[in-house]
Amino acid sequence: MTNLALWGGIGAVVIASTIGDVLQSRAMKEIGDLGLMRQERGLFGVIRRVMSNPRFMLGLVFMAIGFFSLLITLSWGDVSVVGPATASLTFIANALVARVYLKENVDRRRWLAAIFVAGGVALLAL
Amino acid sequence: MTVRKYIVLFAVAAFAACGDVSLSRGMKVVGAVTLAGLPSLFTALLNPWVVLGILLLIGFFISYLTALSWADLTYVLPGTAVSYILTVSLAKFFLHEHVSVWRWLGVALITIGVGFVATGPEATPGAHRHNRDAGREAVTLADAGSEA
Repeated sequence: MTNLALWGGIGAVVIASTIGDVLQSRAMKEIGDLGLMRQERGLFGVIRRVMSNPRFMLGLVFMAIGFFSLLITLSWGDVSVVGPATASLTFIANALVARVYLKENVDRRRWLAAIFVAGGVALLAL
Repeated sequence: MTVRKYIVLFAVAAFAACGDVSLSRGMKVVGAVTLAGLPSLFTALLNPWVVLGILLLIGFFISYLTALSWADLTYVLPGTAVSYILTVSLAKFFLHEHVSVWRWLGVALITIGVGFVATGPEATPGAHRHNRDAGREAVTLADAGSEA
């Protein structure tokens, strides 16, 4: 498998995982504090509320797409490249998309956190 | 942040690390899975370590969603990267794997990254349903400040 296909696969994993992550984060922001909700509605009320959120379900679909693209990409290249590359690039992609789509306040401190963690995860492959 | 919230964040990291290590230990017993031997994936489900790993990862998902319900994604993801540190430590002391100097350096970088995010606020004001009022209040105060 060519390098281009391998990095295409890694890109697909990063995009699908990031979309899945931000959709789920958006869904949980809409639903609100699960701890407080459990006190009011009970555990089954919380489960029903989460499962009936369309963004949460769409997020699950994208997480599944990310997982299966990861499995396929792993069959094209070494796990020592694919694993850390997808994990560290997903940290950076999430910070970018969270700022735009989730309107999160991604200040310098959070950027440094994302970059240090992404770098550290990449080093774990060595 | 309350103690309960720190416990939830630590649970995210601990469930993820213990789940991965448990699955890894189970799959080492089951052996490599090939496309031709796909049915062996089902026998993997009979391995107690694999079952424990799946239960722990369900615990991870529940605590992860709970954390996202009151904290930003850009806080939860780097904040719970403690799981990588736990995984390397468990791999070293529980699975007796060799951990290179580069991996320990990676652990050091992750620790610094977690330190950066952990010292800041966990949520953007007004981003979560239960703190929408806090967001409006922050905007009003900012407006009042700019008018003054």
